Amino acid sequence: MSLDHEQTALWRHRLGHDEPVALPRARGPVTAALLDTLVMPASDGPLDPDLDWSGPMAEAAVDDDLQLALWLSYELHYRGLAGVDDDWEWHPDLQRIRRQWESHFLDSLRHHTAGLSSEPAGPLEPELGRRVAQRLRALADTDHGPSVSGRLMKTATAEQFAEFLIHRSLYHLKEADPHTWSIPRLSGAVKAAMITVQLDEYGLGDRAAMHAQLFRNLLDDWSLDSRYGHFLDVVPGVTLLSSNLISLFGLQRRWRGALVGHLALFEMTSSTPNGRYARGHRRLGGGDAAARFFDEHVVADAVHEQIAAHELAAGLARTEPPLADDIEFGARCSVYADLAFGRHLLGAWDAGRSSLREPALVR
Amino acid sequence: MRSDGPDLPVSWAGEVTVCPDGPLLVRGPVRLLTIDGVEVEQGRNVLALCRCGRSRLKPLCDGSHRASRFRDPADGDEMAHVLRHATLPRSSGTAE
Repeated sequence: MSLDHEQTALWRHRLGHDEPVALPRARGPVTAALLDTLVMPASDGPLDPDLDWSGPMAEAAVDDDLQLALWLSYELHYRGLAGVDDDWEWHPDLQRIRRQWESHFLDSLRHHTAGLSSEPAGPLEPELGRRVAQRLRALADTDHGPSVSGRLMKTATAEQFAEFLIHRSLYHLKEADPHTWSIPRLSGAVKAAMITVQLDEYGLGDRAAMHAQLFRNLLDDWSLDSRYGHFLDVVPGVTLLSSNLISLFGLQRRWRGALVGHLALFEMTSSTPNGRYARGHRRLGGGDAAARFFDEHVVADAVHEQIAAHELAAGLARTEPPLADDIEFGARCSVYADLAFGRHLLGAWDAGRSSLREPALVR
Repeated sequence: MRSDGPDLPVSWAGEVTVCPDGPLLVRGPVRLLTIDGVEVEQGRNVLALCRCGRSRLKPLCDGSHRASRFRDPADGDEMAHVLRHATLPRSSGTAE
């Protein structure tokens, strides 16, 4: 390695730097065509017609090929993809194709969230802002049966706990970034509320306290590779769904309501599960310093759920009443993604299988 | 035409928000003290202080109020009445 490269490598280690994500293997015709396209310079066109997805609508939200294609396309806006021209990020043809993918994705989300009820137990609040918060609370409080957090707390094996961390790493190593997209699209007190939440996520600017850093420490404690995007190849479509959902909503002004609803529900269903993850982690011999990720989320999200429901969601509904339905839609999508993920994990584990695509690739 | 009226946002001078069925949110430059007047060091942006009594992490809220079904609507008018008169508003449904 030349001296310059050595120096850069040293800085990257010292300052903490996420490398662009290594291209994964294709999972179907869409990702095969996409990967062939992305390794070319961005100025070439037109794009491969195989790039549109043609599976059954109901499966779009969890389809491996489509969800990976979306994830790769979104990642161009985050840390980038290794060996891929940065100019692909806003390439009009790639944007057009992604719009088609998103259309399938949204159809599937609408289909799967239609059955989720947000009817509160008592009388509906007459004022819109309070009513939105009330509906979010009703959604958050719905009991959906056995939970991943309960399993991880009580009986999951170390192998299973490690799998859980691997799945979650796709999001948590970029924690908060997808919601940050919404900030330029908000204003006034609603913007201030979003920033208040995000400040905590980013450790108030203290790198060691950033939630992504805490997750990195947790992975290190479990001897799992903590490099950004490292486990992309082994996580299924249902895991990518969780990240893609937030990117879908975060990257478009048109979906700012859904982004806010998603964040509110996410925060409102975080404290208690993180308390359980912490107990599972400790039961399985995890270290205290590493547990900080879970412990911090219990406390931070107890704050965030109040701000997100009563200031972000209610505030956005009050200032932009036409967005009330989108706020609720975003919240339902958050519930659905969580449910689908949970069903996948518990289903695999109950059948004695790994929940990853290729368990042999772990460690 | 601008006027320096109450419409301008007010900076956090230390404020407490009472969350319905939930904690107290404390913002701004407040000091957290023990009963002996000793300052408790903390660098958090916003504090959620337990109101239901069930948190394992007092004084912080840990979400336990949901399982405990703690109920307090934290209505502004009712709170204003209590603060002013030290009695319950006549229209309040709370039994003695």
